[in-house]
Amino acid sequence: MTDILEDKQYTTLNLGPTHPATHGIFQNVLTLDGEQIIDAEQTIGYIHRAFEKIAERRPYYQITPLTDRLNYCSSPINNIGWHLTVEKLLGIKTTKRIDYMRIILMELARITDHLVCNSVIGVDSGALTGFIYVFQEREKVYEIYEEVSGARLTTNMGRIGGFERDFTPKAVQKIRAFIDHLPKVLVEFEKLLLRNRIFMDRTIGVGPISGERALNYGFTGPNLRAAGVDYDVRVMTPYSSYDDFEFVIPVGTQGDTYDRFCVRQQELWESVKLVRNALENLPEGNFHVDAPQFYLPPKEAVYSKMESLIWHFKIVMGEIDVPVGEVFHSVEGGNGELGFYLVSDGGRTPFRLHFRRPGFIYYQAYPEMIKGGVLSDAILTMSSMNVIAGELDA
Amino acid sequence: MENTYITDLLHKHFSHDILEKETGGDILTVIVTSPVIHDVIRFLKETENMNFNFLTDLCGIHYPDRGLPLGVVYHLHNLSENKRIRVKTFVTVSNPTIPTVTDLFSTANWMERETYDFYGILFEGHPNLKRILNVEYMDFFPMRKEYPLEDPTREDKDDRYFGR
Amino acid sequence: MDRTIPTYNKVEPPDGYTAPGIFATSFDKVVGIARSNSIWPLPFATSCCGIEFMATMGAHYDLGRFGAERLSFSPRQADLLMVMGTIAKKMAPVIQQVYIQMAEPRWVLAVGACASSGGIFDTYSVLQGIDRVVPVDVYVPGCPPRPEQIINGFMKIQDLVVNESLRRRYSPEYRELLASYGIM
Ligand code: SF4
Repeated sequence: MTDILEDKQYTTLNLGPTHPATHGIFQNVLTLDGEQIIDAEQTIGYIHRAFEKIAERRPYYQITPLTDRLNYCSSPINNIGWHLTVEKLLGIKTTKRIDYMRIILMELARITDHLVCNSVIGVDSGALTGFIYVFQEREKVYEIYEEVSGARLTTNMGRIGGFERDFTPKAVQKIRAFIDHLPKVLVEFEKLLLRNRIFMDRTIGVGPISGERALNYGFTGPNLRAAGVDYDVRVMTPYSSYDDFEFVIPVGTQGDTYDRFCVRQQELWESVKLVRNALENLPEGNFHVDAPQFYLPPKEAVYSKMESLIWHFKIVMGEIDVPVGEVFHSVEGGNGELGFYLVSDGGRTPFRLHFRRPGFIYYQAYPEMIKGGVLSDAILTMSSMNVIAGELDA
Repeated sequence: MENTYITDLLHKHFSHDILEKETGGDILTVIVTSPVIHDVIRFLKETENMNFNFLTDLCGIHYPDRGLPLGVVYHLHNLSENKRIRVKTFVTVSNPTIPTVTDLFSTANWMERETYDFYGILFEGHPNLKRILNVEYMDFFPMRKEYPLEDPTREDKDDRYFGR
Repeated sequence: MDRTIPTYNKVEPPDGYTAPGIFATSFDKVVGIARSNSIWPLPFATSCCGIEFMATMGAHYDLGRFGAERLSFSPRQADLLMVMGTIAKKMAPVIQQVYIQMAEPRWVLAVGACASSGGIFDTYSVLQGIDRVVPVDVYVPGCPPRPEQIINGFMKIQDLVVNESLRRRYSPEYRELLASYGIM
């Protein structure tokens, strides 16, 4: 790493907050010597939305829409992670069918997240083709979401204690069609980039981080695994019956951009496998637990039955007793360990809710990763870290 | 790793500074006095059999009714044995100073800045303690319970319609 | 061989006088048509709505069909500022600066509830609608709006562009409007 010398002239470059290559809004003030990066300083908070403060004012089920907007490339993971946290606090045990349905949706979300990230790495290294190609596939996942939850992006999926509706036959059919078709697209996408001379030259050895530094920086998810540490929440602390399935955790060795690309690519394959397995072994049963004090009754019943209307009103108005306590629950989000630290004082809203946002935590290592490299590599490093502004700024 | 093993070892080293421990929740929780927090975290991280080498989370909390209202909550994780621990410490509003743990975990840098930004907790020895998410000229700490959530510049909202 | 021009490639001619070999119309209208079919948008995508914009640009919905193929990331060459996503108070001066840097004539499209009114984030840190810092021409509701809605909003902008008089940007009312936002 180069030190700043007094008698030398450096260029200061403002990368952001509205730079086209920063996918999201954050600012990096770079000190450059020619094209080499000597120093970098980040400013974030350009879309700070005060999630945690809002969460202290909203009843539990109204927080799900907030979690959508954390990492909006993989909203179902956030939704379900939040539901799992509340279920942990309430002590609700879900059935296998719910668990498997959740796994299917979470893995689909992981697929979209990784597809976006990897195709954007392609775009930033000059290959727009792959991007347009895989975005077609992403649209299909959105159609599945629409079938399951009614929304495309901000899904607000499921309820505390299960789902709002079961998978319709059409949804099952769409998921099947998707996982049957995706491998073909992945193969083609990999052919385009994985052993491409230009792509490899642009990415190998770019923005590396060692496993030790990555741990010290609190890296999780694909970025940590690319550095060679096989930490995955799905395996370490299985939630939602992930332990019923067998899957591989891909790890890299160098922790550079190419490794991050490969790890994500490999995880796509694993996710496809997981979705297929879960769908094939989807157990019979109810799609929601029997917990009338927390699970909103179906709308038709609310409109026609007195009992349901009362329950609906009670839940919505927060007349329900919630145990006092605190829980920490984490799930493997699109780009790392997504944690929820929830403190309840028994009221209708959380007393304190803190999101452990992986993006916020690992983005602080960015200057260390790009120092000494050249400017165009810094852009690639950023897109390969998959920093999502909504998650970064909360 | 057993909870009692950890608490015993902690007691041996920081006898009076361990204020409370709670084993009933989802994660073993210990509350320590604020001056020793750095030493406790270092002890947990660097002692041979403890090895809590991953700082999962660091955040603030505000209990307006308590004697020591402002708190900081640390979540540490022992990755090799998959054991988590929660460490808490509390300070007063008039003197909210806590030693930083940035020298142990680089990741604490932004987490502490965020906590400062939200709660005004001052981390002694932090290399760059300034606001991170909010605008720099903000003159209050928004996550403290006494401050309102809503944007004060809106005129189109009539409180009567919102039950406030 | 069929030599008829497919309709989707054709723009309806404006009102005017036709005689053998000539076609006379006002300059306004011709310029309006030309402008409206080659709008260069500046995507100011901050958060979730920006992801839907990516879908709109992608092959499935394809905003390129409306002459907006070419994204202009530099404000100097852009005609349309598309603000998609939450704008925090920290971001407000930036967006105003971007607007000032754009050359006349310029239009603004606020996509999503956040850009239009602050959306679900009625909080101390979020700007309650970008119309507090820049004048907005079209608002697109939704959280996030579907790509179809974004396209609809874009077509509304096209309508505005077609019908705009060439003198509008010199009028005292327009200057007054800008001055009320502190933009000279
Ligand atoms: S309107 Fe909704 S989807 Fe769009 S940026 Fe705001 S929160 Fe996100």
